[in-house]
Amino acid sequence: MQYEAVIGLEVHVQIKTRSKMFTRAAAGYGRPENTLTDPVVLALPGALPVMNRAAVDAIIKAGLMLGCAIAPVCKWDRKNYFYPDSPKNYQISQYDQPICAGGAVEIELPGPARNVMGEHKSIPLTRIHLEEDVGKLNHGAGGSLIDYNRAGTPLMEIVSDPALRSAEEAYAYLQSLRTSIVYAGISDCDMEKGQLRCDANVSIRPVGETRLGTKVELKNLNSIAFVRDGIAHEIARQLAVVKAGGVIVQETRDYDGLTGTSQSLRSKEMAHDYRYFPDPDLMPVKVDAAWQARLAAELPERPFDRQRRFMAPETAGGYGLPYTLASVLVPDRELSDWFEVAAKLAGPALAQPVGNWIVNDLQRELAASSAALTDAKITPATLAGLVKLIATGTLLQNAAKAVFAEMFSSGESPAAIVDRLGLATAPTDSNELENWCRESIAANAKSVAEFKSGKESALNGLKGPVMKAAKGKANPKTVDETLRRLLASG
Amino acid sequence: MSDTPLHFQTVAELSASLAAGSLTSVTLTEAVIARTLAVEGQVQAFNSHDRASSLEQARASDARRTAGRPLGPLDGIPIGLKDVIAVRDQPLTASSKILGTFVSPYDATVTTRLRDAGMILWGRLNMDEFAMGSSTENSATRITANPHDLTRIPGGSSGGSAAALAAGQLPATLGSDTGGSIRQPAALCGVVGLKPTYGRVSRYGLIAYASSLDQIGPFGRTVEDVAMLLQAIAGADDRDSTSFHTPVPDYRAALSAPRERPWRIGIPKEYFGAGLDPEVAAAVQTAIAHYQALGAEICEVSLPHTEYALAAYYIIATAEASSNLARFDGVRYGHRSAEAETLLDIYFKSRAEGFGSEVKLRIILGTYVLSSGYYDAYYGRAQKVRTLIREDFIRAFDKVDVLLTPTAPTPAFKRGEKSADPLAMYLADIYTIGVNLAGLPAISVPCGFTTAGLPIGLQLIGRPFAEADLLAAAHAYDSAHAWSKRTPNL
Repeated sequence: MQYEAVIGLEVHVQIKTRSKMFTRAAAGYGRPENTLTDPVVLALPGALPVMNRAAVDAIIKAGLMLGCAIAPVCKWDRKNYFYPDSPKNYQISQYDQPICAGGAVEIELPGPARNVMGEHKSIPLTRIHLEEDVGKLNHGAGGSLIDYNRAGTPLMEIVSDPALRSAEEAYAYLQSLRTSIVYAGISDCDMEKGQLRCDANVSIRPVGETRLGTKVELKNLNSIAFVRDGIAHEIARQLAVVKAGGVIVQETRDYDGLTGTSQSLRSKEMAHDYRYFPDPDLMPVKVDAAWQARLAAELPERPFDRQRRFMAPETAGGYGLPYTLASVLVPDRELSDWFEVAAKLAGPALAQPVGNWIVNDLQRELAASSAALTDAKITPATLAGLVKLIATGTLLQNAAKAVFAEMFSSGESPAAIVDRLGLATAPTDSNELENWCRESIAANAKSVAEFKSGKESALNGLKGPVMKAAKGKANPKTVDETLRRLLASG
Repeated sequence: MSDTPLHFQTVAELSASLAAGSLTSVTLTEAVIARTLAVEGQVQAFNSHDRASSLEQARASDARRTAGRPLGPLDGIPIGLKDVIAVRDQPLTASSKILGTFVSPYDATVTTRLRDAGMILWGRLNMDEFAMGSSTENSATRITANPHDLTRIPGGSSGGSAAALAAGQLPATLGSDTGGSIRQPAALCGVVGLKPTYGRVSRYGLIAYASSLDQIGPFGRTVEDVAMLLQAIAGADDRDSTSFHTPVPDYRAALSAPRERPWRIGIPKEYFGAGLDPEVAAAVQTAIAHYQALGAEICEVSLPHTEYALAAYYIIATAEASSNLARFDGVRYGHRSAEAETLLDIYFKSRAEGFGSEVKLRIILGTYVLSSGYYDAYYGRAQKVRTLIREDFIRAFDKVDVLLTPTAPTPAFKRGEKSADPLAMYLADIYTIGVNLAGLPAISVPCGFTTAGLPIGLQLIGRPFAEADLLAAAHAYDSAHAWSKRTPNL
């Protein structure tokens, strides 16, 4: 019998706000233990929560990015359970009235080759709601210590439908979701800092079956690669159980990405009764059209829309970029913005060389100097200038590498560097150049014959001697034109 | 100057003497401290007090007055707070063992407002543990006596606040009222007590019992004093999302403002049935006659869902309490069992040792009504009943300005008389609970004494945020009788 996997993901994303979800205490990462606290964070007697509007703004933006319906009214509920990382012993969350419902995440699967775009799919979302993060327990030999710095950080939970069918799809889903959230400035989604966390519900069923199989929840998937590996491992585990005649037990399993193994944490019998009820300390939230419209106006273009636009031909308002460039530029919003400024200055016909310089040279130099794009001395305007110098033949591609390196380190304009280093192609006397060309044609009968019989590349054989005679400083464009003119007339 | 000893004078009288320069805050505070200590052995109203801090505040007040910059009419007057309201650097116990030696690191909003008004914070007053009770016998710290008969209870849960005022230990106190916890002890101790509209006074820094019902309010010897105190504490607070932005009028000025038409007073027939003590009934009828003599229109009204109020209250209040009290877990502050070795021990043993039996009973009841499968049958239906009860009141206010009822069905009962029977104890709040469910303001005003010399109170109930009207109606009776001048012999 053939089986298929059914996967749903629950993704928690910390929202980047100055203060916490329900109090003015600062939110942050990497500060001394228990310094980002106040009476509300610590649940001191008498403390009350007050909603952070900036966090609600952020989740509405996320919802609009992903095409969710934004609830006109939503409320806050208490999820009751005892655990020391939760200072109130209840978590303020949203139970039956999440702020965002529906929507979808567009994913791109790997193509048959690196330079070929893969299939796109739309993975429907169930809901997105807002809640507060918990503190962190540090278990040591002498006991456990609690750091409440993280407690109360705004956290959104993004729940997908059980619509993913493979570990690769789950991987693509997380990549896409992360890109959209980072694009909208909602979170940095750094998994190492716990800003994005993922649990997966995995089940299998015979192909053709419409009912869902018994699901297993995978926890502690703390990198995107571990999500993919953990799901692949779980699918294989479930298939092995079923093929051996066993039954899948509903349970929560912990996946260890380092050893590639998982173990059971708890079974369904130990499931909590969270005793949800509306939090009487907080008012329901009404999101009117004006509020939504204000946030919609701040939204960036969706990343895959941008990828399509970058790849679209110039005539359709795009840049005609190949997939290899678009797929590197688009996931990085800053880099893409930078590209667009440079491409507009260089002119649409030169967008691709601009993209090439960014993807190949700029990224390499940034990585080598561990610099951020915002700190770079080179600007979109200077890069556009460089590309134009090459296009007009004033600067040769080989010499341009050196100019770029200077631009990157000093921020100087390419024209100034070319001047200073004497790298410009010589403003060759046209008679001299014409003589060199005639000499080359006379000396290379074979290349002439080949060119005349339609072999374009044969022209290169004629260019070489000319450039040599010009000591490499002839404008290659002029050489090309002159040779063609002479060959056509002769 | 009044012939009344300082410790039995009203806030209005003391305010006038301070303003005239015939009294200093230090003199007054020392008199209050001396009186407190002189009768505390009999009354047992205080959980803690701090003489040095109070005298320091009094000296600062006198200095402001000498400099010609008093903070207002309350500057220099001592006040005591129910031990459920946070005062920075002072113990906060809720009369429970679970808080151990907890000292609040922050001020409640009302505390801040009293400081801003220049009031001298003298002592924290006994109560039923976590405000759960009607006799102050559920305190884990001490048993408070009714100053008018030391063998009887002072009412509750704000029993210490009412008793300290009646005994002359303080000229003003604050309490909290969730089901009658200000009005019932005020009635039983022969003083005035006001429960403001839900949302009129910030709850920030009030240890929550039932968040949707709790409201802080003042006790005073006269309606005028209560009006002056409400002035200081009322108003929106950005730390409490359930506080309202309705403007705060001049309550004291409203007491004697001319009226365009006579009072229309509604008498809810459901509040005069079986269980009402004949002496209480007679005193309330006499008060009704007084209003009639003043020209008020008296009419009978019906609040048909009254009989369901107690049941709805004990579902909603206990549900909220079960969640609110979860934070008292022995992890971050308060009592931790010396026997605890594991995490579950910390929870189970600390809470078993720290909470009294009435609190445990209500936590268990609240946990039950919220549990999976029971929510709709209990909590959901109770909320519907609550809506019906509120609608009863709103409909009655179409015809009348205020409602008049007895505050409590009986005068103060003997210590231990109802301890074994929680239901009998719950009936002590039968006339006050509906007001909390409806979120209305209500005041208890002394209206006589039984033949045995026990105080009797009447309750006036007003429209939401119509405290000015309510106080004026109460003042019309109180200023003509001033029953609180009949002070106990201690």
